[in-house]
Amino acid sequence: MQKKIGSLFLVSALILLIIGAVAGVLISVNYILPDFMKELIPFNQLRPIHTTSVVSWIVLAATGGVYYYINQEVKLYSPRIAFAHYLLFAFTFFGILISLISGQMGGREYLVFHPAFMIPILAGWILFGWNYFRSLIGKVRDWPVYYWMWGTGIVFMVFHLSESNFWVFDYFRKDFIRDMTVQWKSYGSFVGSWNMLVYGTAIYLMAKIKNDQNPGRGKLLFFFYFLGLTNLMFGWAHHTYPLPTLPWVRYVAYGISMTEWIIFIRMIYVWSRSLEKSTKKDRSLSYRFLIASDIWVFLNLLMALLMSIPYLNNFSHGTHITVAHSMGTTIGINTMILLASVSYIIETNRRSIRKKAITRLFYTINIALGGFWISLIAMGVKKIIWIRSTDVQLTQALHEESHAFYVLFILFGVILCGALIALSLYMIRALLPDLYYLILPKSLQKEWDHVYGEN
Amino acid sequence: MSRRHQNMIVMVILIILVTGYDILIYTQPDSSTAPMMSDTALEGEKVWQRNNCASCHQLYGLGGYLGPDLTNITSARGKDEVYINAFVESGTETMPSFQLSDREKHELFVFLDHVNKTGYYPLKNVEFNSVGWGALKYR
Repeated sequence: MQKKIGSLFLVSALILLIIGAVAGVLISVNYILPDFMKELIPFNQLRPIHTTSVVSWIVLAATGGVYYYINQEVKLYSPRIAFAHYLLFAFTFFGILISLISGQMGGREYLVFHPAFMIPILAGWILFGWNYFRSLIGKVRDWPVYYWMWGTGIVFMVFHLSESNFWVFDYFRKDFIRDMTVQWKSYGSFVGSWNMLVYGTAIYLMAKIKNDQNPGRGKLLFFFYFLGLTNLMFGWAHHTYPLPTLPWVRYVAYGISMTEWIIFIRMIYVWSRSLEKSTKKDRSLSYRFLIASDIWVFLNLLMALLMSIPYLNNFSHGTHITVAHSMGTTIGINTMILLASVSYIIETNRRSIRKKAITRLFYTINIALGGFWISLIAMGVKKIIWIRSTDVQLTQALHEESHAFYVLFILFGVILCGALIALSLYMIRALLPDLYYLILPKSLQKEWDHVYGEN
Repeated sequence: MSRRHQNMIVMVILIILVTGYDILIYTQPDSSTAPMMSDTALEGEKVWQRNNCASCHQLYGLGGYLGPDLTNITSARGKDEVYINAFVESGTETMPSFQLSDREKHELFVFLDHVNKTGYYPLKNVEFNSVGWGALKYR
């Protein structure tokens, strides 16, 4: 069961990606058909289904990968605890879905579901952390950077998910500005926490693909890890520049956010040195997705750096440019890396997969995402002009003027959604044997192991 | 000193710094001169959350973008409680009509009025210096 438990998370994650993508297309239609599905399930209920599903895709795919890779390196401390973790998340997600469909909300922003659901979510993360650290501590001496990143991601996720619910306490709630500050602090930091899981996965994969003899132990890798961690801890306030917080909070965020120029410049330097003949392994699906994520990191990092300069943030804040950033990072970076991870697991287990079809889908996804991203930036620019206009204009006027960009955004979104669904179905099919294995009686599992030699 | 120990020291230093930083964030007063939220405003915020108004509307530019920002809606000319209630009751082509009681509508208004008192958004006339820094306009 050890090596298959990761696949349970991965298959579930791919299903959530499908749900999230479909919900995303449905909500986007509201931009051109304002009363679309309004009576059946209005925008304020459908949007959180999209956000909850896509966040769950990222988290479950990263988690499934970590479980799988830990099993490759050392023995997972307890597959039963991992299964309990899975069940907690699965039941909680179903509960959240039912509550959102029936209009029972009460949370905030990305965590719109009732805060009571946070209890089993946190319990699942704690189980994950327990299993993770018990598997590694005392078993591995010199931890490579990805073990640090995964461990940090888990610990900070527990803290910042808890922090995102501090609003239930009157101490925070009664001071509106402090409340919003802590709220957006928690969001920025738990995104940073899941990024630790995802980027740690990218570093692990690259080390494996390149057959690195001393993977993940370089000084430079650790420097960038600690730089990223510092940004996770202190750099969130570029989300809240317009809030009347104390000035020092914004100064610190500005300063910390600008340190990421180091990463950006380093990326340019490394690329210019790494032009080498491609090897057979470089044509693997996994490698393709990692290279795509690299390009999206470059584009979105540049965008984020510019948006973190207060002068430019004054224009971009509150517009679709922030949506372009969040979509560009969650799809272009996180999803590409996680698809690389799933591809790697499928390819290394020599599972049958339609490589040519997936390669075509890979290009379709990235081209559609490019159009989607540019459409959002254009929508954002339109809104900047609208906000800065001295005339008092209705929101409806903005929607009418932006109509062409909305159509493009939806068109690219539909193509992107279709390609992601097709890709996910191929990957689910390739991983299904692992799920069959999990439901086999122990005697048949032993037979399987003997025949296929996978465990 | 081994790399593992070096990394542990860096981690401990970062955790000490972030702990102090978080305590300051949680305890220091902000720049807003608005008083604490009244019980009515708190109830209004619950109405806001139960109906997920932030999916379409923003406060301080934070939220969804289908509808307008409502940070200073209550101080906009002609947009009083009656105006806001009309939107809540009838909805628009995109916005559903919300079947709120008179008490809930009043609580929602009081909440939005409190937000209005905390500051200004958007800021159209900000003075920026040569390093890209800008001074906010506080109430």
